[in-house]
Amino acid sequence: MLNTLTISETTARLQRREISAREVLAACLDQVRRVDSKLHAFLALDEPDALAQAEAADKRIAAGEQGPLLGVPIALKDVIAVRHQRLSCGSRILENFVSPYDATVTGKLRAAGAVIFGRLNMDEFAMGSSTENSAFGPSRNPWDRERIPGGSSGGSAVAVAADQCIAALGSDTGGSIRQPAALCGCVGLKPTYGRVSRYGLVAYASSLDQIGPFAKRVRDAAVLLGAISGYDPKDSTSVAQPVPDYSAALTGSLRGLRLGLPREYFAAGGLDPQVKAAVDAAVDKLRELGAEPVEISLPHTDYAVATYYIIATAEASANLARFDGVRYGLRVDGKDPIELYGNTRGQGFGDEVKRRIILGTYVLSSGYYDAYYLRAQKVRTLIRRDFLKAFETVDAIVTPATPTVAFRLGEKSQDPLQMYLSDIFTLSCNLAGICGLSLPCGFTRSPKLPIGLQLLGRPFGEETLLRVAHTYEQATGWHVQKPALD
Amino acid sequence: MEYEAVIGLETHVQLKTQSKMWCGCANTFGSPPNTNVCPVCLGMPGVLPVANEEALRLTVLTGLLLNCEIPARAKFDRKNYFYPDVAKNYQITQYDQPSTRGGHVDFEFQGGMARVRITRAHLEEDVGKNNHFDRNSGVDFNRAGVPLLEIVSEPDLTSADMAYEYLNALKDILVYGGISDCDMEKGMVRCDVNVSVRPKGGTGLGAKIEIKNMNSFSGVRRALTYEIPRQIEVLQGGGTLIQSTRRWDDAGGITEEMRTKEHAHDYRYFPEPDLMPFEPTPEWLAAVKSRMVELPLARKQRFMKTYELPAGDAEVFKNDVPLGHYFETAAQGAANPKAVANWVINNLRARLAETQAREIAEQESLGLERSDMTFTGLSDLKFPPQALRDLVGLVENQTLSSSAAQQVFVEMFETGKAPADIVQEKGLAQVSDTGALEALCDEAIAANPGPAADYRSGKLAALNRIKGHVMKLSQGKANPGLVGEILERKLRA
Repeated sequence: MLNTLTISETTARLQRREISAREVLAACLDQVRRVDSKLHAFLALDEPDALAQAEAADKRIAAGEQGPLLGVPIALKDVIAVRHQRLSCGSRILENFVSPYDATVTGKLRAAGAVIFGRLNMDEFAMGSSTENSAFGPSRNPWDRERIPGGSSGGSAVAVAADQCIAALGSDTGGSIRQPAALCGCVGLKPTYGRVSRYGLVAYASSLDQIGPFAKRVRDAAVLLGAISGYDPKDSTSVAQPVPDYSAALTGSLRGLRLGLPREYFAAGGLDPQVKAAVDAAVDKLRELGAEPVEISLPHTDYAVATYYIIATAEASANLARFDGVRYGLRVDGKDPIELYGNTRGQGFGDEVKRRIILGTYVLSSGYYDAYYLRAQKVRTLIRRDFLKAFETVDAIVTPATPTVAFRLGEKSQDPLQMYLSDIFTLSCNLAGICGLSLPCGFTRSPKLPIGLQLLGRPFGEETLLRVAHTYEQATGWHVQKPALD
Repeated sequence: MEYEAVIGLETHVQLKTQSKMWCGCANTFGSPPNTNVCPVCLGMPGVLPVANEEALRLTVLTGLLLNCEIPARAKFDRKNYFYPDVAKNYQITQYDQPSTRGGHVDFEFQGGMARVRITRAHLEEDVGKNNHFDRNSGVDFNRAGVPLLEIVSEPDLTSADMAYEYLNALKDILVYGGISDCDMEKGMVRCDVNVSVRPKGGTGLGAKIEIKNMNSFSGVRRALTYEIPRQIEVLQGGGTLIQSTRRWDDAGGITEEMRTKEHAHDYRYFPEPDLMPFEPTPEWLAAVKSRMVELPLARKQRFMKTYELPAGDAEVFKNDVPLGHYFETAAQGAANPKAVANWVINNLRARLAETQAREIAEQESLGLERSDMTFTGLSDLKFPPQALRDLVGLVENQTLSSSAAQQVFVEMFETGKAPADIVQEKGLAQVSDTGALEALCDEAIAANPGPAADYRSGKLAALNRIKGHVMKLSQGKANPGLVGEILERKLRA
């Protein structure tokens, strides 16, 4: 059962030559074969390519090389470019598109000797909170296959929770890492904007998107974050901030840390009592471990959803304009270019993508720009200020990751607004450009479904988040519980 | 009623950089289609733009040369529109915070000076090129992402000729500054024209009509020469003009309507989230400032003032910068710079042109393409510029006659020998020995009785015939001034 290992367990055993990278990969591939027909985390899998990488890793290990990811199978959300692999973004319009280049994170993982395998399912172009917007069918929650795994990086969360890989990468624009991690019971981290290069991440909303890790343990998330972080000359919005040794931040001590509890989050309508109870208990645990919880206020919280859906859709309307059938991807011909565009985009995009493109086009239109886009940018600044002000008195903020646990497939897919509200606790983090992490903090009773705790940190404050999360994780047993997959 | 035109120009100029605006692809013209492309300039999923530093520098340098203000902060925006030659279906440009704004260009026009104010010069990216074949179309993205400067003028122009002169002055500045080669044949400069007419002396503006698709300065002039009377005619016929965009049909020599205001594009500009705002540091600005050059007009005026050259000569040196540099070197310490200018323009330039024409013919016969040919240029000359000054000096101090000087120049050009040495070797020094000249003059008068009689009867021009004879007898070495004096004296006697 090598597929159930964590990153640190895998590398430790690889270094001791007890196992080979090939064997670890084979175990993951076996698990995919065993469970993915039920879970649908994977959209594509190139076994020969993965095996070749595993063999190459084994050679490096045999040559005495060591590294925190050397030989570790890692699966990628289908929105991150891997040279010569499909890059569909969960969309018909890119169904047969093969990337001609590697994303920067892909290059970093390669250099670290990770075995990059599989294309993970997602909501089309990362727009959604359930993977129901995938053009290729939804993924299923491993804890209850009638329920959604969250989204948009649902495939990443499922693959990690169901031990189909050792760790995974996803992307987070409004909660797309933290929400599915919470709903599937794994660790998900959205880095500070600019921490990780976006080069090779197919853009949904450029000023909000970040790539981040999915892992079974907080320590693994720290290792993976360290491997993919850093300034990239190919991404002008990446920041030249030194990359610390994130593992070294896992000291196990919370002594003297002040944790903010935003009253707006805990008083939110629609917060499931079982979720609230679990988060309250987690706060008590953190206090017990030495931290000092204090109530804070983030007064502009109510405006986050509206602000997000203006800025994100405005950027998306331009970012997705390139999918036109002219140079690559799906082409549905027409008598002139305009008709070709209409046919291609009409048939290539799903409803939610069209809805957001239309909304984004509208808010940027002449005469509406000032009322919507410009105002949203101003509110965004206020939301960021709320956080920066809070961080003057607290070291991190603790909230529920989601208002409810995983909902049923189809439950919200006909009501976009209800779907949008499932991200109310995660959106602000992207608007503020700060970092956020979610980790398991309990389960509902019946059915047994994971509950996620969200930690929010200062810009480039990932070390604090990881320290708090790791200390909590080590003091609780939630992370060792596994879904029954048979 | 009399009308006057109000004209503003938007001039697009490709910047002279090694690589494209957002990626490392080569910025070159004439490569096979889609060979200078990469995921970035093809708008592949997931790619990001990174601004070309040299393009940012050339933009600010242009601003400085056009007397613009350089704002402390500039940013890029997305201009959204669908067209097959726009890879991303948005163009990255600078909308409300350009790199430069508020300058002017001074230029000579109709014997005086004119000034056109510059609204802004901003940086953007060029688009690809659509090619239409019999049954389908293709897009060549080699040009997509080439850095493009848009220079927007205020509506300060009043005629087609003035627009033409402004464009030439602008081009001179850009070429001088090394901003662009401004090669029209290669599409490096393109113009959009905004033109309206109003009652003469009025202050309001008529309906603005934009003309697109002119790819030469003469095209702009022709389009305006057509469009201005057209608009006046409409108004005089009691019609009204509405804001619209027209296309210049170069072959037909007419403008035709493309779209009116109601169908104008809504470009939905918004700040480009993939690029950080640009805030030049004082050090960065100083480095750009150090690249400023003397402007063409200033250069022309300096040549006229410092070397006392006529406007025509100064214009030649303004237009041909290397030749002007050569002249300045040759004229160092010359007593008569104007004479040096004459030699540079009339002899040196002509001789080089002849040589180059011969070299082209030779290389063409060998089947070489023009781009692979090599020619003799100013830097290949066998003699230093000082030699030309020395040659002029020999004429000035009457050591050489001007016809002998021509022989010396030919020899210099061929061999690179010093003028004084050539004079010595060939015995070309002018004869100013009165005794010897007297004898030659007597001989010439005797040989030309007719012209001698004519001169005596008052036809003074007849003297030249006899003078020519003396020069011939002396093999060009006689001092022509002295010969004239002697002949006049003898014939009047």
